[in-house]
Amino acid sequence: MSEPLLRVANLRKVFPGQGTADDLVAVDGVSFDLQQGESVAIVGESGSGKTTTARIIAGLETATDGEVLLDGKTVAGRGIGLLRAGRDIQMVFQDPFGSLDPRQRVGAAIEELLAVRFRQPKAERRARVAELLEQVGLDEQHAGEYPRSLSGGQRQRVAIARALALQPRLLILDEAVAALDVSVQAQVLNLLIDLREQLDISYLFVSHDLAVVRQISDRCLVMNEGVVVEAGTTADILDHPGQPYTQQLLAAVPRPGWVPSRRAATA
Amino acid sequence: MSLEQLTRLPLLAGRLVRPRRRGHADPVLIGCGLICAGLLALALIGPVLTPYPLDQTDILNASQGPSAEHLLGTDSLGRDLLSRLLAGARPSITAPAVIVLASTTLGVIVAVFAAWRGGRVDRVISRMLDVMFTVPGLLVAVIAAAILGTGFWVPVAALTVTYMPYIARIVHSAAIRECRLPYVEACQLAGLSSWRICTRHILRNIAPLAVAQATLAFAWALMDFGAISFLGLGLQPPAAEWGSMVNEGRADLLTGAIWESMTAGVLIVLAAVSFNILGERLAARIGDGS
Amino acid sequence: MNLLDIEHLRVDLRSRERRGAPRTVIHDVSLTIAPGEAVGVVGESGSGKSMTVKAVMRLLPRRATVGGTLEFRGTSIPAMPGRDLARFRSQLVSMIYQDPRAHINPLRTIGDFLIEGVVASGQMNRAEALEAACTLLRDVGVNDPQRRLSQYPHQLSGGLLQRMMIVMALLPSPELVLADEPTTALDVTVQSEVMAILTEQIRERSVGLLFITHDLDLAAAVTDSLAVMHAGTVVERGPSADIYAAPRHPYTAALLASRPSPTSVARPVSIPGRPVSAFEAGEGCAFASRCPYAIGQCRTERPEPRTAGTRTVACHRSDELEAVLAEGVRA
Repeated sequence: MSEPLLRVANLRKVFPGQGTADDLVAVDGVSFDLQQGESVAIVGESGSGKTTTARIIAGLETATDGEVLLDGKTVAGRGIGLLRAGRDIQMVFQDPFGSLDPRQRVGAAIEELLAVRFRQPKAERRARVAELLEQVGLDEQHAGEYPRSLSGGQRQRVAIARALALQPRLLILDEAVAALDVSVQAQVLNLLIDLREQLDISYLFVSHDLAVVRQISDRCLVMNEGVVVEAGTTADILDHPGQPYTQQLLAAVPRPGWVPSRRAATA
Repeated sequence: MSLEQLTRLPLLAGRLVRPRRRGHADPVLIGCGLICAGLLALALIGPVLTPYPLDQTDILNASQGPSAEHLLGTDSLGRDLLSRLLAGARPSITAPAVIVLASTTLGVIVAVFAAWRGGRVDRVISRMLDVMFTVPGLLVAVIAAAILGTGFWVPVAALTVTYMPYIARIVHSAAIRECRLPYVEACQLAGLSSWRICTRHILRNIAPLAVAQATLAFAWALMDFGAISFLGLGLQPPAAEWGSMVNEGRADLLTGAIWESMTAGVLIVLAAVSFNILGERLAARIGDGS
Repeated sequence: MNLLDIEHLRVDLRSRERRGAPRTVIHDVSLTIAPGEAVGVVGESGSGKSMTVKAVMRLLPRRATVGGTLEFRGTSIPAMPGRDLARFRSQLVSMIYQDPRAHINPLRTIGDFLIEGVVASGQMNRAEALEAACTLLRDVGVNDPQRRLSQYPHQLSGGLLQRMMIVMALLPSPELVLADEPTTALDVTVQSEVMAILTEQIRERSVGLLFITHDLDLAAAVTDSLAVMHAGTVVERGPSADIYAAPRHPYTAALLASRPSPTSVARPVSIPGRPVSAFEAGEGCAFASRCPYAIGQCRTERPEPRTAGTRTVACHRSDELEAVLAEGVRA
């Protein structure tokens, strides 16, 4: 197999305890590879360490131990500073309301990145902004609007357009559709599925929602209390979960004929 | 009750005038804005409009009430009050303006720097601000005047230093809130420099709050500077300044010649109340808006 | 007699500006809850589901005007005099909120939080209330209830706190419980547990439940009947299982189709546009602009809810679409 796009090896993160509290091991020995063009999901509940893992890979958090390689080059890990991956790794966050500068028009927000990173002439930037907006299913007219006049779904589209503007190789989506209404969630999810086909981009998709993960990822890692409990192809894991924790997660998803059960959370 | 206490009463009144909801023109806001603009204009052109020279004394017509010759009457040395009030507008308004501009600029820089760097830098700066916060501005100004001498710049510099933590503390908490928003991280990931994120994004989002706080501080600075002049530690005679005019006219109050203290006092109160309401309304609108 | 009767509820909010036009937040909501029945209200943001709850508790903002009828055991809620209203709120109805951390005073113990209501309303004295709370805590599967009572909210997990909220809600032995997105902030495994406890307690005590959620799958699983809300209107109402199996309103069908499946890879069918609020809806059906089956009539004339058997649907074309919509769900 060729060199993976992303290699995460033995990643560990310990948050020192405040005062008398014990140290918190948020991520404990996480390792996985992600191939070019692949979509890998990290699944888990709150406190499982999935978001911390993603933030370390993005360079927003330092690691206590282990390393993260992008194209064989170390971009995060023990002793490595923040934000070393450059524009190759971009991230879309959960909160559609905080993800954009409230006082910056949509067009300006995208143009700013183009101006700083590519030093294109203004006319070229304008054309690229229009192209990016179209790519995420928005109009050119949206370029002149402030985030407050957009709906949650539209804001999330702008956040995606901004991330794509830098032509990253890996896009980290941290619960990117979790805060959206059901009907809008499907729109953004479909957009993400289409974009991956068009752009040959790789996704690291962090989510608690197994149904969403099923649609968007090739492989998934199930995390619990900082540890990867199960990893494999998404279809395999969701159809034939091997670990009790994964089974519990699946059993807790409401579906036709589902009865809530008290035992689900005892682990 | 001291002059300072007396003149602070209307500030409380200003707080009681409830700000209206945003969205529509607010007549009180517009009115106060116009008065403030008028006072700033007065500071600019007032000294040019004086009908008499500032130091032209006329002992025979001292402590007179308004007349056709002297529209607002004369002071105890027979100088034309209208001329002195017009000339006094410049230092009386310029001093708080300088104090507010300088302290807001300093305060915002310190606050954004601390919030952006976070961690230990933030903790140290915050503690230092807390300590500075406990020192009363007037006291510092009085001590500074005693050591460095009276005049315009010494109290202005002293008040600037003591006003800075007021602005910095409020802007600091807003800046911290702003720094925690995910868009700031998205900008960092996109490779924007810290300088650019701070100036183009964080500063721009907290600017309205800083402006509102500065306007509010203007009212306080105006009165603090007036109080320093009242105590005789600001500009020295024969220069005219509203605060010192209140003081100079004090002796005549017993003889019923209330014009000097009253006119200067009214101008101080008017300016303070207008700027105070303007600042509170602006701050309330910003609070509503976000 | 029904526990709760809501008929043609309409809520308008007077504008904050002097000359602004009032905004309709609830256009037409009708639903009933029988004693011991669990009713789900499902809708997206802005659909007016939380406003409906507020109307029932008479907690609407002062600038709201309420139309239609709102009755609890045949007594009009809007017309209740002060003392009856206090009794209604403290003893007959209870609320469970989405975010327990935001609704529990962090400076007071769990025990204080649980018994404050019943002690203040004079239903029990402190000792009785504490004992009743302990019993209830054991019922909902909390080990060592004595210790829990003396703990503070920050020492408890979100799921445990939400269980405390359920205990607090059940302590005055209410006849009706209103739960506004009680599990939205929780993990799925914890959601499962909290819902199990809630439904079990409700059933045991024959308490009525009004369950507000955006999650149609969850609502269908835990309620007897459903009301699907869109833009301040109940567009479809009926037994949960029937609605889930064969939606009659295009919006219900679209909601079901837009939910990605955990068991297979199938492109979710998204609803174009975004959820609209009641005041944004024009003349016709509020869903017309997003509806694939909309015809001219849908855009000009608002469909009235029509009842056929156990189902009530507000759609001009519900009869002709019945087969098409059922097909969509099976596919």
